[in-house]
Amino acid sequence: MTDYTSYPYLAARLQRAQPGDDQQARTGKAVRLTPGRLPAGARLIGPLLLLFVWEAASRLGILSAYTLTAPSTAVVTGYEMLADGMLLPHLMASAGRAYAGLFLGVTVGVLLALLSGLTRSGEALIDGVVQIKRAVPTLALVPLVIIWLGIGEAMKIFLIFTAVLVPVYINTHAALRGIDIGHVELARTLGLTRGEFIRKVALPGALPGFFVSLRLAVTLCWTALVVLELINTQTGIGYLMNRARDWGQTDVIVVGIFIYAILGLVSDTVVRLIEARALAYRRALGA
Amino acid sequence: MNVHTSSFSSVSLRNLSRGFGDKTILKDITLEIPKGQFVALLGESGSGKTTLLRALAGLDDDAVTEGEFRRPDNTSVLFQDARLLPWMSVIDNLTLGLRRSDAKATARTMLEAVGLGDKADVWPSTLSGGQKQRAALARSLLRRPELLLADEPFGALDALTRIRMHGLLFHLVEQTKPAVVLVTHDVDEALLLSDRILVLRDGRIAEDHQVDLPHPRSPGHPVLMELRRMLLTSFGVEQNLI
Ligand SMILES: Nc1ncnc2c1ncn2[C@@H]1O[C@H](COP(=O)(O)OP(=O)(O)OP(=O)(O)O)[C@@H](O)[C@H]1O
Ligand SMILES: [Mg+2]
Repeated sequence: MTDYTSYPYLAARLQRAQPGDDQQARTGKAVRLTPGRLPAGARLIGPLLLLFVWEAASRLGILSAYTLTAPSTAVVTGYEMLADGMLLPHLMASAGRAYAGLFLGVTVGVLLALLSGLTRSGEALIDGVVQIKRAVPTLALVPLVIIWLGIGEAMKIFLIFTAVLVPVYINTHAALRGIDIGHVELARTLGLTRGEFIRKVALPGALPGFFVSLRLAVTLCWTALVVLELINTQTGIGYLMNRARDWGQTDVIVVGIFIYAILGLVSDTVVRLIEARALAYRRALGA
Repeated sequence: MNVHTSSFSSVSLRNLSRGFGDKTILKDITLEIPKGQFVALLGESGSGKTTLLRALAGLDDDAVTEGEFRRPDNTSVLFQDARLLPWMSVIDNLTLGLRRSDAKATARTMLEAVGLGDKADVWPSTLSGGQKQRAALARSLLRRPELLLADEPFGALDALTRIRMHGLLFHLVEQTKPAVVLVTHDVDEALLLSDRILVLRDGRIAEDHQVDLPHPRSPGHPVLMELRRMLLTSFGVEQNLI
């Protein structure tokens, strides 16, 4: 770098400044204000404990099989349903609906959020409509959508789509709107074009908000499904569970609940993994 | 606001005013900065230094000027916080918005020059405060600006790093000779680096000192000592108390 000997003024000041001048003396460790990182798998402690208590309550006769099947019984039932080939078609039918709706909802939600978050006319046209949709529960739309789309698959996928759309839009839009004003100024002084600004500043800045919405969406699509599968269908996990209710098979109901729980956990984990890769720069902070 | 470039002065500005609500911060500021001049802008906290700099940078859409306002199109801003985008590697931060084909290569050379040759491909969050500020300095000067606007770029750095940064800034500015406006409240920083010292007070440029001394400068130089005493007195600091 620079040779300071040619700058007597600098050299004098360098000499005066003592290393450590600006460092505070610290005794002991600073108070940790945020919880530390969980070891892998530690997240499962809570659910496992719940299962254990539930199983114990069933075995000790506190919980009758008619009220709630023991988890072990449900596992056996689930295995039998899987083995005799009756579970898989229902699972596939449900997954088809859920993920079709999820895909549509995320795509359209992000598109609307971009239009509304990056353009004034977009915000004027879109934001109010989505906010109104947010206030209307998805299930309240069921009768209307049945009139429009009938009682088949289209209706179910459409309703999942609208349910997923809202949180995806809200979070992504908020993230775009909440962009750091300092970054906007930087982009102006660097002379970025609008396209460059959107690609290199606005979108990466909104990515964390988008991932929050994606995690909500992957579980929400299944939640909406179970109710919709009450309506005119012979397939799906929701259908299985409702039929089991009529027949008093609490073990089948519990199998359904387990499937939802596992799907939810797996989906969430997948999104987390993608998130960790996409937002790798964030890890550097807490490392 | 009309922006064009002139052949003699880098910045030319007439009667700039800016207020927030009914509070006036800058009153009829008229300022001419010749090409290549290094200007230090001093002033107490809240005197409007940042406000003036933002207006010069073209970031303040509500600043009113009467008549002409000229500044080079090629103006770089060095912010107090380094403002590196956390989702881009250091080198990508440097070349952001550059459309030259040799941008990457020049950026690497510039990183070497600020002593960050080995940090090109890391995330900005892994840099120290001084390293971030050096990267930001590299980003500004990489654009070969005709005007460099710096708002207390070293304010958050420790004393040692700050002195090193002064040397680095001076050294790099010498090479491309942009006009510089350096906002600072460090009188010594101003004396050491600048050709001209402006003091902002009550919304006006209250003092305008030329510092016609060659570099390298010695702080013991009688002219600097006298100027230092004057500036400190005008800020109400009694030197002999310390
Ligand atoms: N956005 C704003 N809204 C209202 N008042 C503002 C705004 N920005 C600055 N001001 C006011 O204008 C005055 C000048 O602010 P400015 O940031 O320019 O001061 P400064 O000289 O840079 O001070 P410092 O040395 O502390 O950075 C202050 O009184 C401040 O409160
Ligand atoms: Mg300021």
